[in-house]
Amino acid sequence: MKSLLRSFGRIWAVFMKETVQIRRDRMTFAVMIGIPIMQLILFGYAINMNPKHLPAALLVEEQTPIVRTMIQSLRTSDYYDFVMQTDDPRKTGDLLARGEVAFVVSIPAGFTRKLIRGEHPQLLIEADATDPAAASGAVSFAQTILSDALRHDLKGPLANLAGGQPPFDLVVHQMYNPEAKTSYNIVPGLLGVILTMTLVMITAIAMTRESEQGTIENLLAMPVQPIEVMLGKILPYVVVGAGQTVLILLAARLLFDVPFIGNAWILFLGVSVFVLANLALGFTFSTIARTQMQAMQLTFFFFLPSILLSGFMFPFRGMPEWAQTIGEVLPLTHFLRIVRGVMLKDTSLAQLQSPILALCLFTAVAVSVAMLRYRRTLD
Amino acid sequence: MSGDYAIDVHGLVKRFGSKTAVAGVDIQMPSGEVWGFLGPNGSGKTTTIRMICGLLRVTEGTGQCLGYDIQRDAARIRELTGYMTQKFSFWSDMTIRENLEFVARIYRLPHIRQTVDETLETLGLTHRQHQLSGALSGGWKQRLALAAVTMHDPKLLLLDEPTAGVDPQARRDFWDEIHHLSLKGMTVLVSTHYMDEAERCDRIVYLAHGEKIIEGRVPDVIDRSGLLTFRSEGEGVRRLADDIRNEPGVEHVAYFGSALHVSGKDRAAIQAALAKHQAPDVSWSEVRTSLEDAFIALSAEAGEDKRVHA
Repeated sequence: MKSLLRSFGRIWAVFMKETVQIRRDRMTFAVMIGIPIMQLILFGYAINMNPKHLPAALLVEEQTPIVRTMIQSLRTSDYYDFVMQTDDPRKTGDLLARGEVAFVVSIPAGFTRKLIRGEHPQLLIEADATDPAAASGAVSFAQTILSDALRHDLKGPLANLAGGQPPFDLVVHQMYNPEAKTSYNIVPGLLGVILTMTLVMITAIAMTRESEQGTIENLLAMPVQPIEVMLGKILPYVVVGAGQTVLILLAARLLFDVPFIGNAWILFLGVSVFVLANLALGFTFSTIARTQMQAMQLTFFFFLPSILLSGFMFPFRGMPEWAQTIGEVLPLTHFLRIVRGVMLKDTSLAQLQSPILALCLFTAVAVSVAMLRYRRTLD
Repeated sequence: MSGDYAIDVHGLVKRFGSKTAVAGVDIQMPSGEVWGFLGPNGSGKTTTIRMICGLLRVTEGTGQCLGYDIQRDAARIRELTGYMTQKFSFWSDMTIRENLEFVARIYRLPHIRQTVDETLETLGLTHRQHQLSGALSGGWKQRLALAAVTMHDPKLLLLDEPTAGVDPQARRDFWDEIHHLSLKGMTVLVSTHYMDEAERCDRIVYLAHGEKIIEGRVPDVIDRSGLLTFRSEGEGVRRLADDIRNEPGVEHVAYFGSALHVSGKDRAAIQAALAKHQAPDVSWSEVRTSLEDAFIALSAEAGEDKRVHA
């Protein structure tokens, strides 16, 4: 009994010591509170497994009451947000390739006439199936939505068309991924996720390790400039990142049969900028954190939204506006557009201009912050 | 260069928030000398050294180091000085050779392999060059650090308590090396707590509470303390210490092994005190006041720490 009491006393001693130390380390405390809040908000509000309001383009070559009814029904279904309506097929040409829309709905000239004659005209939906989950909901409900809409219009002399088979033929092209394989979407995405996780983490401890081991004093006393330290510290990991990329791309081909139809040099450029962006960010973290532990926490804090809001796990276009805005800041979001574009869609360099520039901008900002935060003295 | 001073600083002040670490220090140190930097823990020695070599921003004051402004030209000063930190700050997960090679590359020394080979040879570490530096003993770490910070042949060497926790033989070897470097023309500022090391310096600067208390050659510093010291050895002498300490005119009583040192400024008062506590087998004789006694007296005179602590 007495020894038990003594043991409690010592447990209490350790408990108090830990409490004091937790209070001293404010960043750990902030992370312990911040991560649950972030997860709640992201999972609760941002993520949508059955995404609606996906951007779509409309190619309509004729305007008739029936066509207008059909368009209106798609619009009110909440699945499609028509960001563009045109009668010129050239304008919708590369919208899917550039990832600006998830669908192109085409109603050809003569559709109404054929419909009334009972010739079952074709109505085409081209879906960007690089993310099969995003496309599936809107596509699977299209048939029902359109048939229901027409039922009201098909009265009187057209009543015979209303019953039984729908009077039109809905053709869905699952572009870039006709079999709707999720691995086509996930495996290229994993390249970005793995690079983000490992590269940010490895450089995040770059300066904090020097501080913790006291070697920073020596480094600062030597005639070496901050930018020289930064480049010297991140460049070895560019090689590491290249190795990881080759490994994952080989696995994508050999194990998962993911196609690679685009230009490898464009991907090489994209990976290079993306790797630099992550390394620069990691280095920035290491100038902010005081300890290696804090650097790890910052990395994790960054990693969570990268996974959830970048479009890696959940359809980017299915998220609310604010979540997409946050997503646009994350390098992974832009890299996913590049890697999926090049591998699955054969997207051209010109079409990938904006994600590549976004990554360059991110890198520049990260380097600037790191240089501002870099301690040139021990103050 | 300002009158050929290696270090020429005026009114250096360093505050960390509301805490003042250094409260106006002047140092004019001629090139080519070896100076000792003394003072109790927390007196501002390290902070002053770090300001001189640009590792800390100066709050107030001006100064030059090797003719370069310590605030504007920190980068230039770094190239020309060697700074050995108090705590071993080389990379313990790198071998001895790798550390030296890194330093050689940073300073863009020519013939890196050869330079490092020579340094290892001089150090006597050639056969251990592939050991991790973290595995070295304290004394060897210090020698490695000294070799590393002098490899680029700096004009000024700043050593912050280089021999703390090092055995006597290693300390002696270390000082031989310092004098060797000094002969080659290097200016050396060494901070230390060891009085025997202070006595090896051309001049000493004594700091307390962030202020310079005294500066001069060792005998001068002792003279200026104005202390007289009497010494006695014997069986019973240590038992007298507490009684003598409380006598008027006695400023310090200190043990030296089985001997006792009694110091004060007033000869008559001390002699009276000693006579009062006369015991058989105890005979007092006047000895030279030690630097340590002088410093303790100086610190006491400097009084309370006047720096503001929040």
